[in-house]
Parts: sequence; C-alpha cells; structure tokens
Amino acid sequence: MPESHALFSLRGVSKSFPGVKALDQVQLDLYPGQVTALIGENGAGKSTLVKTMTGIYQPDDGELRFGGELISLDTPEAARSLGITAIHQETVLFDELSVTENIFAGHYLTHARSGRLDWPLMHARAQQILQDIEAPVDPKTPLKFLSIGQRHMVAIARALSFEARVVILDEPTAALSHHEIEELYGIVRRLKKAGCAIMFISHKFDEIFAIADRYTVFRDGCHVADGRIDEVDEAQLVTLMVGRTVEQVYPKVNATIGEPVLQVRNLRHPTEFDAISFDLHEGEILGFYGLVGAGRTELMQALFGVSKGVQGEVEIGQQAVTIRSPADAIKAGIVYVPEERQAQGVVLELPIYQNIGLPQLSTINTSGVLNDRAEYALADSYARRLQVKAPDWREKVGNLSGGNQQKVVIGKWLATKPKVIILDEPTKGIDIGSKAAVHAFMCELVQDGLAVIMVSSELPEVMGMSDRMIVMHEGLMVSEFKRDEFSAERIVSAATGG
Amino acid sequence: MKTLLQNREVLLAVLIIVLALMVGLVMPDFLLPSNLLAVYNDTSILIILALGQMLVILTRCIDLSVAANLALTGMVVAMLNSAYPDVAVPVLVLAGALLGLILGMINGALVWKLGIPAIVVTLGTMSIYRGIVFLLSDGAWVNAHEMSAAFVSIPRSELLGIPVLAWVSVIVIVLMAHFTRHRRLGREIYAAGNNPTAAFYTGIQVGRLQFVAFSISGLLAGLCGYLWVSRYAVAYVDVAAGFELQVIAACVIGGVSIMGGIGTVQGCVLGALFLGVINNALPVIGVSPFWQMAVSGAVIVIAVIANAKSERKTGRIILKKAALQTH
Repeated sequence: MPESHALFSLRGVSKSFPGVKALDQVQLDLYPGQVTALIGENGAGKSTLVKTMTGIYQPDDGELRFGGELISLDTPEAARSLGITAIHQETVLFDELSVTENIFAGHYLTHARSGRLDWPLMHARAQQILQDIEAPVDPKTPLKFLSIGQRHMVAIARALSFEARVVILDEPTAALSHHEIEELYGIVRRLKKAGCAIMFISHKFDEIFAIADRYTVFRDGCHVADGRIDEVDEAQLVTLMVGRTVEQVYPKVNATIGEPVLQVRNLRHPTEFDAISFDLHEGEILGFYGLVGAGRTELMQALFGVSKGVQGEVEIGQQAVTIRSPADAIKAGIVYVPEERQAQGVVLELPIYQNIGLPQLSTINTSGVLNDRAEYALADSYARRLQVKAPDWREKVGNLSGGNQQKVVIGKWLATKPKVIILDEPTKGIDIGSKAAVHAFMCELVQDGLAVIMVSSELPEVMGMSDRMIVMHEGLMVSEFKRDEFSAERIVSAATGG
Repeated sequence: MKTLLQNREVLLAVLIIVLALMVGLVMPDFLLPSNLLAVYNDTSILIILALGQMLVILTRCIDLSVAANLALTGMVVAMLNSAYPDVAVPVLVLAGALLGLILGMINGALVWKLGIPAIVVTLGTMSIYRGIVFLLSDGAWVNAHEMSAAFVSIPRSELLGIPVLAWVSVIVIVLMAHFTRHRRLGREIYAAGNNPTAAFYTGIQVGRLQFVAFSISGLLAGLCGYLWVSRYAVAYVDVAAGFELQVIAACVIGGVSIMGGIGTVQGCVLGALFLGVINNALPVIGVSPFWQMAVSGAVIVIAVIANAKSERKTGRIILKKAALQTH
C-alpha cells in the first residue's frame, strides 16, 4: 500500500547535553490520520525528541520538515502556530489558576476589537471540550483542587483547544484509570479521523497494538527501526527496544530472606494514602508498583519523615519508632533515594566526597572541626565500591552523568549503614549501562542483609528485580504478589483499578 | 459567614474597619468622612506604588528601586519646573512618567536579558538612581517658592469634592483591575509567576513578562515622583527614603505571595489602606513614632505568617474520599 506523504518528518536530528548524547542522528515520520507509536526504554531519548518537536529544545544538527517544508522551531509558540501540540509526561499546569485558564493560557480568546479577554466564551469553550472528553470538571475550579487523573484530562483538553495537526501523547495513560483510558482511545480515533498525525508514547504494548498504525523504536538515543505495526509482534518490539532479552537485563540474584526488619501497620495520611500495612524482611527487595500518582512516592516520603500529618505504627527490628523528620528516619536506619535526584538527592555544586559525607558530618569531625581527610576516606571507600566514574572524588557532582549522580546518592546513604534503603525510581532517566550497575548493586545490597524497597513505574524492572510486589491504586494497597505469582496482566489490571 | 471570613480580602477589610472604629472610640473626629477621605488621599501614593510592585512580585521578582525612582523623577520634574516655569504641568507629569518608565525598563532589561536576580539588580539601581538625584541637585533642595503655583496646586485641587491625587489612585486601581483580569499580558503574569516551567511550555516568555512588570512599576513610580514632590512641595535627595519597604509591606499584607503567582488588586489596595490607617491613626491616639514602626513591622510579620499558613501545600489529593471532601 502506497504511503501518503509524511506531515511531519525529522532527519538526522541530534541533541547533546553536557555528558550525554540524548539524540544521535534520529529520524521519524508522522503521517496524517495515523498513529505512530514511539517505543523505547527510559533514557532512549523519547522525551528529548518530544521537546525538540515542540520547540522547547533546538536540535544541534539535522532537519525538521512540516508538510514537506523545511522548518525551524525556535520557541514553543512557533510549534504551536503550526498546530504541533504535546501532552507532556509530567503534566505542566498552573495550580493556582482555574481549569479554563489552564486550558487557554498562552492562547487566550479575546474580543476582536478591544483585545479584552473573553471569559464567558473561554468558560463555555472549556466546558464544551471537557464534555466532549467526558471529564466532569467545573471549568471555574482552581486546578489545585483536582485529582491527578482529572489534571491529566485538563492537559488533554488543553491540547484539544488548539487547531491541532500533530498531536504528541507522551505516556498519556500513565495516570489514567481504565475508564479514562477508553475515553482517551475515543479521542485518539476522532483526531485520526480529523486527519491529525499522532505520536503515541507508551510502555504498554497492549495499548500500542490497540491504537497504533505504525511504530518507531529508539534505543540509547538512536533510531533502531520503524514500520507498520501489523508486521511485528510484541516479542520483536521488545528485542528491538532493549537489544537483548529480559533475563539478561535484570540480573536477579536471590538472597536469603531473613527476619522482618520493617513492619508498617495501618499507616495513613488525610489526603495521600490510607491503611498501609506490610512487612519487609532482611535480604528482600520489595517492589511498589502503581500508576503515576498512585501515592507510592508519598508513602515512601512518609516513611522517611518528610510528610506531615501521618498516623500509624512503624517498627524497626521489632522496636516501635516515631519518625517525624528525615533525621529520625536515618537514626532508625531508614534511608531514601529520591526520584527527583537533582532536586532532592545531591548538592550539584559540591564535590563527590562532600556529598557522600553530608549525612555523616557529626561522625567525621574531631572535637567540632570537620576532618576533611576522614570525609574523603569515607567517600573513597563507597565511591569505589559503587564504581562511580569520575577523575577524582573532588569532582563536582553536577559534572557527572545521571547514572553516576545516582551512584553518589546511593553511596551517601550506604555510608550511614542503614537497615532499610528505599529507592524511588532508581533508574529513571539514566543510561542502560548505569542502569545495569544499579540493578547489580541492589542484588549486592540484599546479599549483605539489607532490606530494599524499590518504587518503579517500569513494570519490567519491578518484575525483574523484586522478590515480592505491592500494587497501589489511588492511595491504597490493592494487591500483593510473590515472585512466582508475577503476571504482567494481573499487575497492570490491579494498578489501573480493575 | 465563616467562608466569607476565610476570604482574605474580606478579613482584611473587616480588620481595617475594626481598627478605624477603635481609633474612633478615642478620637471620634477620626471617623468624619472628611478625615477618612484625607486618610485615603494620604495613602494614594502608597496604593499606586503597591499595585506596580504587585505585578513585579507576581513574576517572582522584587523592585527595591521604586522609592529611588520616585525621588529621581520627582527631582527632575521639580528642577524642570523651577527652570522652565512656563512649561505646562501635564507635560512635566508625562516627562516624569516617561523617565520612570525608562528607569523601570532598565531594571527589567537587566533581569530579562542578563538573567540577574531582581533583588540584586534593584539593590544596585536603587543606589544608582538615588545617587543620580544627588549628582543632579548637588544635594540642594527645590523648595515650594521655586515651584510654579500650578505645579503645586494640581494634586490638591478638588474634583467633585475629591482631591486629584485621590482620583489618580482610583484611576490606577481601575486600570490595574482591568489589566490583571481582562488583558492577556496581565493573565500571563500570573501564569509566569505560578509555574515558570509550565509557562515556558505554554509558549509564555517569562523574562519578557518580568520586563513588562518592571516597566509598569517604573512608570507608576515616575508618576508618583511628581505627585510626591508637588504634594509635599519640596524635592531633595532623601525624598521617600525607605518607602520601598512600605510598598512591599502593603503587598505582603494584602496577600501577594512573595513566591509569585498569587495576589489580587483588591488585596493589594486593602494592604496599602491598612498601613495608611495605621500610619494616620497611631499619631492621633498618641502613639509615639517609634511604636508606629514596631506596630507596622509586627503587622507585616503576622501577615506573612497568615500567608504561609494559607499557602501551605496540602499535598496531592490521591485518596478518593479526600477528593470528595474538597468539593
């Protein structure tokens, strides 16, 4: 069948950041009236590609064509004026503003003559769009009162408020329930009929096969393959995506599982989670899976003493502990490697050794004066063990790659000799090599008798690494699986409230 | 009633009324309409400057140079008037506003194009502008007898029984209310301050809006330069020294979040009026000027605490039952 001409094409596009080549000579074609699935692991360059296509990043090299014409997208405005619109992974919206304003920010509707903003018209239009996508939200509500799923629907409504010709959906289903996903499919089909070119990014193969006409696979910033979706099967796509099979990717080594170290009983928070009870044993990796916004991070932050208003019992080694601050948690032996590495995990301006020494400042001083040499020695042993790649431990952490930064964060916490280590999305946005190192290291940790909690939104990772898995949905624990009961289908169904 | 009191503007208005009534108990004349109008008139300049400052704070910046801008433009228009007494006053007012606009644009350009933090930029320009006043005047005063009669009398002349100065502030309030609600730039200022990343993704140029906010703040400061020197019939180096802090305080008391993105014209005006009532009432009931400063300071701290409480992030709403409760 002869293909129609691509509406939007990229050829030889490259984009580098300090230390990382995010996109390397990639190509992509989007056709009118067709859905192209973009497939790739985290760190494959998908988000960078989306930002390049929407004028947020400018490529270092390569060309973009729209309707055959060579174009350059210097600003998000420029992309939007061509009808290129994206729903971003982290829905970026304005908490303090109303739903209507979130939908129309940047392209307000005005009275033609006076330039005065036409609020009645915008409210009505917003109401109309929200009704079309069956999102029961009052357009005048401030966004901060909406749930995660509702916010996502507002983001979709925003994309639909443009005269869209190219719609990019960047993991749009990550925070949506079953019902909302069905709605979304409906929207996508309508956009197709209207002749839009759609790019659909998802980790979920059932969705890809349900909705896509074409596929493009990226790996480590490179274009690997593309073609018609009915010419491939899931196994072929997985192989293209990871370049090897799952068993090779996750080097799970079983450790001896011992006594419970952490016991949580009926932990609850007024708005974030409720009725959380579980045990964590020595030598165990306990996975927490759920959709984005299911309350996993909030739960982990509560265990680490970050959140206020948490109630319930926590025992460490049969001893009840009260955790009101991260300092309490560290003292009790719980440490937390956060998801937002740069914001919460490391001090970018400080050298490696000072980052590792940071939680230990009380033990590495002599009579109140910091002992720089002791700090360096402490850091040296952990940085070596974690194989941090740097010329010297005096290197600023900001100069390291994402994977090595993550190793520094883990090293910092290991130096405190914890009993429980919580890893929140430990491999988010890091390259495959570092990923494997982090996974191998997790195995080492549990072999040393540590207990690990791993939060991840990547199902293959949770399935590959965990001994046991707890699935959360809307702030509640909905099910628990032992390793031999793991089944992608049942886990996803539990996570989406099925 | 309870929800009405939770609205910060209503609460602030009630506080101002209670405060005025309390002063009225000691000094009944305070509540005479003529005196209340005098209090408003006296607060007009603070209101105008606070509204300009609000725009700047909304974009997550701060303008410390407003009072110095006022002093410089005030001195320039006063010197022009004494040198060329025949030039019509409106022309001078326009010149002052234009000069203020340029001074504001300098602030804005430094913040926008060079990405220097606003507090640093305006701390610098504050000293520069104030220094230029000294260079221009050589430290000399421009006194009432050197100004033309029209120059001094316009703000005091009455229209429908209300001084022109008060009218000017009313006009600025109305224009600003329109700007923040019904103009694209006005709304984008809120978006840019509320979430600069999201604003960028939506195609809103945050830096450009900061420039706009500084420009408007400068323009209003320039306007106030004339109003101030003509009202007090004197121009000298230290005119309005330290007044920028009152201006920022008015914003904060009025609920403008120093973190940007939150604040209303009503709140800002009420914040300025609150300070105006305190400034005018305390001397009347015999409180010493030293206590006045302490009281204003205490009010600011209390306002900041109140803001922090109401703005505290409640966290995400994930649980269904919690989501239901908020609606």
